[in-house]
Amino acid sequence: MTTPDFRLIDSTLRDGSHAISHQYNPEEVVAIVKGLDHAGVQVIEIAHGDGLGGSSFNYGFSKVDEKELIAQACAATTNAKIACLLLPGIGLADDLRDVKELGVGMARIATHCTEADISEQHIKTSKSLGMETIGFMMMAHMNSPEGLVEEALKMQSYGADAIYFADSAGAMTTEDVRRRVDALVNALDIPVGVHAHNNLSMAVANSIAAYEEGATNLDGTSAGLGAGAGNCPTEILAAVSDKYGITTGVNVLALMDVAEEIVRPLMPRQQVIDRAGLILGYAGVYGSFLLHSQKAAERYNVSQAEILLELGRRKVVGGQEDMIIDVALDLAKKHAEAEKK
Amino acid sequence: MRCAIIGSGNIGTDLMVKMLRSDVLDLVALVGIDPDSDGLARARKNGIQAPHTGPDWVLENASDIDMIFDATSAYVHVRHYKQYAAAGITAIDLTPAARGPKVIPPVNLYDHLDAPNVNLVTCGGQATTPMVYAIRRVIDELPYAEMISTVASKSAGPGTRQNIDEFTKTTSTALREIGGATKSKAIMVLNPAEPPIMMRNTVFAGIPDGADHAAILNSIHEMAGEVSKYVPGYRLKNEPVIEEGPFHTPGGVVPHRAVVLLEVEGAGDYLPEYAGNLDIMTAAAMRVGEAIAISRASREASA
Repeated sequence: MTTPDFRLIDSTLRDGSHAISHQYNPEEVVAIVKGLDHAGVQVIEIAHGDGLGGSSFNYGFSKVDEKELIAQACAATTNAKIACLLLPGIGLADDLRDVKELGVGMARIATHCTEADISEQHIKTSKSLGMETIGFMMMAHMNSPEGLVEEALKMQSYGADAIYFADSAGAMTTEDVRRRVDALVNALDIPVGVHAHNNLSMAVANSIAAYEEGATNLDGTSAGLGAGAGNCPTEILAAVSDKYGITTGVNVLALMDVAEEIVRPLMPRQQVIDRAGLILGYAGVYGSFLLHSQKAAERYNVSQAEILLELGRRKVVGGQEDMIIDVALDLAKKHAEAEKK
Repeated sequence: MRCAIIGSGNIGTDLMVKMLRSDVLDLVALVGIDPDSDGLARARKNGIQAPHTGPDWVLENASDIDMIFDATSAYVHVRHYKQYAAAGITAIDLTPAARGPKVIPPVNLYDHLDAPNVNLVTCGGQATTPMVYAIRRVIDELPYAEMISTVASKSAGPGTRQNIDEFTKTTSTALREIGGATKSKAIMVLNPAEPPIMMRNTVFAGIPDGADHAAILNSIHEMAGEVSKYVPGYRLKNEPVIEEGPFHTPGGVVPHRAVVLLEVEGAGDYLPEYAGNLDIMTAAAMRVGEAIAISRASREASA
């Protein structure tokens, strides 16, 4: 088999977890891992959507303990490496030790795109455990190419094996992606990857553009299952790559089978770009706020779109889901006062 | 009481500004490790000794110091806390090292006045533990409590950034040990927005069946008043609410959750008002330090 031109990391079991409110069960995990592994996917990421330790009031409680699911994933894979994501401030270095024991081979340490220095403790721990370690900068539309380089260099200095940036709000145009990848590829000694979201319907195009600029790791999720309007769909990225003559090393038809026969049946809603999903991308708001803001809008009888726009104005970052309630209460108060007048 | 502050970063310098106003605590020195630090320069300007040889200076001058306030970092405190105790110096620990009993002033200020070492948990712990306790005191059991603390990037120095696991672990422990929750979780988020955001803290608490919701809300309001006595910028950002579940918490399924949305505006002593995280920590340190000093003075007077 020819060497793939980029490495495909599938995050159906991590980012996809947002879209099903963290309700994966072991049977679903095993079926998805086996399907992706069989299709030739090299890395499969699994964790609570907000990373290890994410199960909480703020981000939603996992139905099944993520470590049990991770153990199942490690047992079910033959060739694919199992990866976990961890956000310092939410997960602990101890979590990395636990998942290493379970058989996890890669840890992605994720911070907001201006806060790379909180990853030092965790990147070093992951490296010392012998795991492949990726520094992962979220909400990258909120930092300039030069700013991202500065943060990425910190992660590189802590020992990261590769650097990713995530368009967590699905807010980037292709040009935004190109400038950032180009800057990183030129400045770093280690490979670069991109994690795209589809709020502006740009995820696949942005991923291909990232590849053209020199990114050698790309993320996808089966059927696009993921936070907000969803991720770059793994099977479409593979199909489009084929069309471009980019070698992926994965079986496109087998990936389509996984999406159609395993993932779609467990989706509570199809991954479409509806108004709320589009607003997230348009206002540059963290994708995983989608379902939480929907719930708050219903609970306090306010507009979800208004909540999301206000969150965008407040420049909240990933992890501040509690601010959704704060904004909903502010809006409800404002409406009540307006009615009194 | 003759006091030294160790650590000339954001917290130590802010604490110095407060201590210079105290009638009870007599600041002898602000001790750093970088002679060029802004904190030490300010100390010199105020006529306070500003050595840069760190904890060693304190140990060499132990006979002139009754109490230290440690604003370094968890690992520095862990390395030296036994030496401070051996030298007869009371230590008020502002790092998340958590070697001594944890003190959250409105909950247990008077429980550890004689301890050689007390720990002030974390800024987020100071902001949220009182609310967890306020809920717990009016219900039979609090199966699970959670806090999220968001601070402006500018107000989080290198110590905080390298200590982030210690922050979440120590805070989470305080929600159980002092707050009274059976299980707990703590989350910390940094926000780089400009202008910098005020410190925000949110408490979620799992409320079991049969709880008196009105009593919970009243208790939360009362506690906000108690904390704001010594942290004037501490306030409920929105009315506390009780939301309907069910919620599948690590402490079991509960029908409701209480949501307490807090904001802490700093007094602007060293860093500007947005840095409520500094202010609540140094205000707690002053409260605890003064309580210890007053209690010792009254005991000596009566002895």
